[in-house]
Amino acid sequence: MTGLEAVLLTIITAATPLLLAAIGELVTERSGVLNLGVEGMMIIGAVSGFGAAYTFGSAAAGVAAAIVMGVGVALLFAYFTQTLITNQVATGLALTLFGLGLSGLIGENFTGLPLPDPAKLQRLHIPLLTDIPFIGPVVFGQDALVYASVAITVLVAWTLARTRVGLVIRATGGNHHSAHALGYRVIAVRYACIAFGGACAGLAGGYLSLVYTPQWIENMTAGRGWIALALVVFSTWAPRRVAVGAYLFGTVWIMGLYAQGAGIGIPPQLLSSLPYLATIAALVLISGNRLLTKKNTPACLGLPFVPDR
Amino acid sequence: MKLQFEQRPQPSRVMTVVSPLIAVLLMVIVGAILFAARGIDPWRGLYVYFIEPVASLWSIEELIVKATPLVLIGVGLAVCFRANVWNIGAEGQLTMGAIVGAAIPILAHQWQSPLVLPLMMLLGMAGGIAWASIPALLRNHFGVNEILTSLMLVYVAQLLLDWLVRGPWRDPEGYNFPESIDMTGWAQLPTLGYSRVHLGGAFAVLAVLVLFLFMARTLKGFEIEVSGAAPRASGFGGFSRPRTVWFCLALSGGLAGLAGISEIAGPVGQLQPVISPGYGFTAIIVAFLGRLHPIGVLFAGIVLAISYLGGEGAQISLGLSDKTAQVFQGTLLFFILASDTLTRYRIRVQRDAAGASEVAR
Amino acid sequence: MRKVFALIVSLALLLSISTIAFGDELKVGFIYVGPIGDHGWTYQHHQGLLAVEEEFGDRVETIYVENVAEGPDAERAITRLARQGAGLIFTTSFGFMDPTVKVAERFPDVKFEHATGYKRADNVSIYSARFYEGRYIIGQIAAQMSEAGVAGYIASFPIPEVVRGINAFLLGAQTINPDFKLKVIWVNTWFDPGKEADAAKVLIGQGADIITQHTDSTAPLQIAEEQGVVGFGQASDMHEFAPNAQLTAIIDEWAPYYVERTRAVLDGTWESTDTWDGIAPGMVRMSEYQNMPEEVAAMARETEAMIASGELHPFKGPIYNQDGEMVIGEGEMLDDGTLLGMNWYVQGVDDKLPE
Repeated sequence: MTGLEAVLLTIITAATPLLLAAIGELVTERSGVLNLGVEGMMIIGAVSGFGAAYTFGSAAAGVAAAIVMGVGVALLFAYFTQTLITNQVATGLALTLFGLGLSGLIGENFTGLPLPDPAKLQRLHIPLLTDIPFIGPVVFGQDALVYASVAITVLVAWTLARTRVGLVIRATGGNHHSAHALGYRVIAVRYACIAFGGACAGLAGGYLSLVYTPQWIENMTAGRGWIALALVVFSTWAPRRVAVGAYLFGTVWIMGLYAQGAGIGIPPQLLSSLPYLATIAALVLISGNRLLTKKNTPACLGLPFVPDR
Repeated sequence: MKLQFEQRPQPSRVMTVVSPLIAVLLMVIVGAILFAARGIDPWRGLYVYFIEPVASLWSIEELIVKATPLVLIGVGLAVCFRANVWNIGAEGQLTMGAIVGAAIPILAHQWQSPLVLPLMMLLGMAGGIAWASIPALLRNHFGVNEILTSLMLVYVAQLLLDWLVRGPWRDPEGYNFPESIDMTGWAQLPTLGYSRVHLGGAFAVLAVLVLFLFMARTLKGFEIEVSGAAPRASGFGGFSRPRTVWFCLALSGGLAGLAGISEIAGPVGQLQPVISPGYGFTAIIVAFLGRLHPIGVLFAGIVLAISYLGGEGAQISLGLSDKTAQVFQGTLLFFILASDTLTRYRIRVQRDAAGASEVAR
Repeated sequence: MRKVFALIVSLALLLSISTIAFGDELKVGFIYVGPIGDHGWTYQHHQGLLAVEEEFGDRVETIYVENVAEGPDAERAITRLARQGAGLIFTTSFGFMDPTVKVAERFPDVKFEHATGYKRADNVSIYSARFYEGRYIIGQIAAQMSEAGVAGYIASFPIPEVVRGINAFLLGAQTINPDFKLKVIWVNTWFDPGKEADAAKVLIGQGADIITQHTDSTAPLQIAEEQGVVGFGQASDMHEFAPNAQLTAIIDEWAPYYVERTRAVLDGTWESTDTWDGIAPGMVRMSEYQNMPEEVAAMARETEAMIASGELHPFKGPIYNQDGEMVIGEGEMLDDGTLLGMNWYVQGVDDKLPE
């Protein structure tokens, strides 16, 4: 394996969970809902993904459980914020707190167990294609979730831009009163978008416990949910730029490690803070461009909707 | 049958007081069920969790120590959130307050004078204000969402602290371990007797009273209220939104900074890589639990401190893991948020789509 | 009035009975910095607690608090254990040092044991393990097993403990291959499986065919397993996670020490001590040597025996620092004071120590 190939493969693994979680949150936010509970949904996905894969000895069961449980906790959030009209920021934080605690309780029996081989997600291997030097392993040698993350991104971009469903979502996020007046069911649309966000976050968590580091460990998301949230803003709510951002983030992070391994002495704290500083810088740069922000920004982000009767 | 919510013209007075009680009651019921499910006598569980923390002088002292930073930060955030300014980076402002405030005793540790402590407190606040001003500036001049920037800056501040205590500010006699010199002499906050209760507690109560009067009696307080509740009306009224954003962030940042330096000059006693168990984030829950009202925040801080101490006690007496405490806190917050709905909305129970409806007040 | 008085007296009696009822039983308290399910540092300390229970049965009662943050909460948690009647308290992380000393002042009758610190008192003992002895052995194994002559080292924080481990590893390796290279990545965390895995991948990508770590998760070894290189376990035996990749593991064996100290309190012979034990008394243990040729395993066993007998000291001169200056001459050994405050690399480390 060549050096560059190894770097690329590492970046892909680092970027995939961020991309999955961020693209889900993007859809949620485009419908006008700010869900700060990504970290909580991810960790629930991670523990249930591992638990199911371990118990049933099947990676597919793990992936399915991660999605289902992600949707489950997301619906809890949806019930509170949409039906009970609670504050979205506070509810999201509660979800994170709740998810971290609950995952610890669920995972008590799974700590320190290795995943049996059939329960690990296998990498694709197409004879000939995967064997092409360099391009092979990078393009044709990934696991299913990497391809899924790219497919979901493309699908979301297309749906939002080109379809009626996308139009409804955008209308809901842009101005819920007019959307309501036009006969769209604002609350139902938001429920669906929150659930989609939960599915993606759960999947991202599952990626961590099934592929990234195949085991269950408490707090294993280690703040990735928050980074995903930042990526959505970084992208100014454009799916394409979420993908760019996730890979950029992964690259900055991995190159930081790479520089260290190569013996370049930089304070590790500075390296660790680079992604955060980069996000702030990017936010400022992008925000300076009014055209860019105006186009996709959901005007109703975080605002509760109560239909007038 | 269908539930429907209808916004009340005014938040219900009765519900404002009753709903947190409903939430706590629900919490107690869920707690009892949880205990029973784990094979623990529910009464004993509830006693350990909610009564033991206030049953002895020592735990009351510890309760005050724990509640101090929560109230100090929470009350600032309450004002902030009222104005619809979402500072969720108080943890970073706390850290910066601790760093800047501790600079004097660390860099000039020979200097012993009664001036040291007040200067530390002022610098601590300045550190918090400066750090909170960054999201304010970015918000006002570039329109960048303050939720994200304030959050990102938490990590930056923590890494800066980490770098300082492992590098330039390391105790030269500490075998290269990551910690600064101890706060001694005039750099220490006075404590109440032999307990750990420190002057920070008084700061917290003072902040609560001042902000209560400020919000209730002053024009600026009114301006903040209006700016949050009806941004457009506030614009017509000649109030400046950017000024409000800056004011709120600076206020909450300053208080978070004060909480940070109080922890350093008080119970922690030195700079360490980690100086707060997430007070800045927990204070967000405190602010909401206190329904964004200064006096409410005071009680909310105490309630949350009880849940921490109770959780710790439950580990020892009941053998419950600390995850249970986390789930407890999450659930409590959910209940509070849900019961909050009752103050702002009437619930209508609709029997059928077109039929008559009943109103539950 | 009298009734009230009687009530108060009986209540007070009741309370005092409840505190002295188990007078014979010693309560042993533990403060953990992480969750007991971390499969690393805290997990190993908890094994010590279990060993104490096993050994003394009804004579002791153990209590613990996990996930105690290093900071203002630590002092309260320790005080709580003391107030609950613990007669012996183990505080198992460096960050608990000052809180332990502070609480010890207020509870002169309670014995305290603080891990990895340096502040002692009449009722505060300190203890730590000479993990570097194990690192010297794995350094030798690494140099034997590596084809590339390059090892990757995933380090947590630049504190003396970690720097000492890096130096011991390389000194061990240099006895086999004087040109052995060491690449170091500081991940700035004790525990983040994702980060540790990334660092392992990067190091392998940069040509290291041996992975070793001073962080707590099993992730680096899993990556080694996946990519067909070999490595070493940390803190506990991680064989299950990397059946083909783990050569051996340096195991923190706190159980014998905890049992011994508990016995001392029970017998009334406890004194404040400073313990820094290594392989000889069994505080540092090497797990089975596997996935290596028999002659390499034999060499490792021999080194282990020599360290145990005191014949071999990993930090024996001559030792040169990165600038090529001689730190200690032929035949001499670095003293414990220098080891405890170590903040420089030996010659050959391909890294600059973060300041």
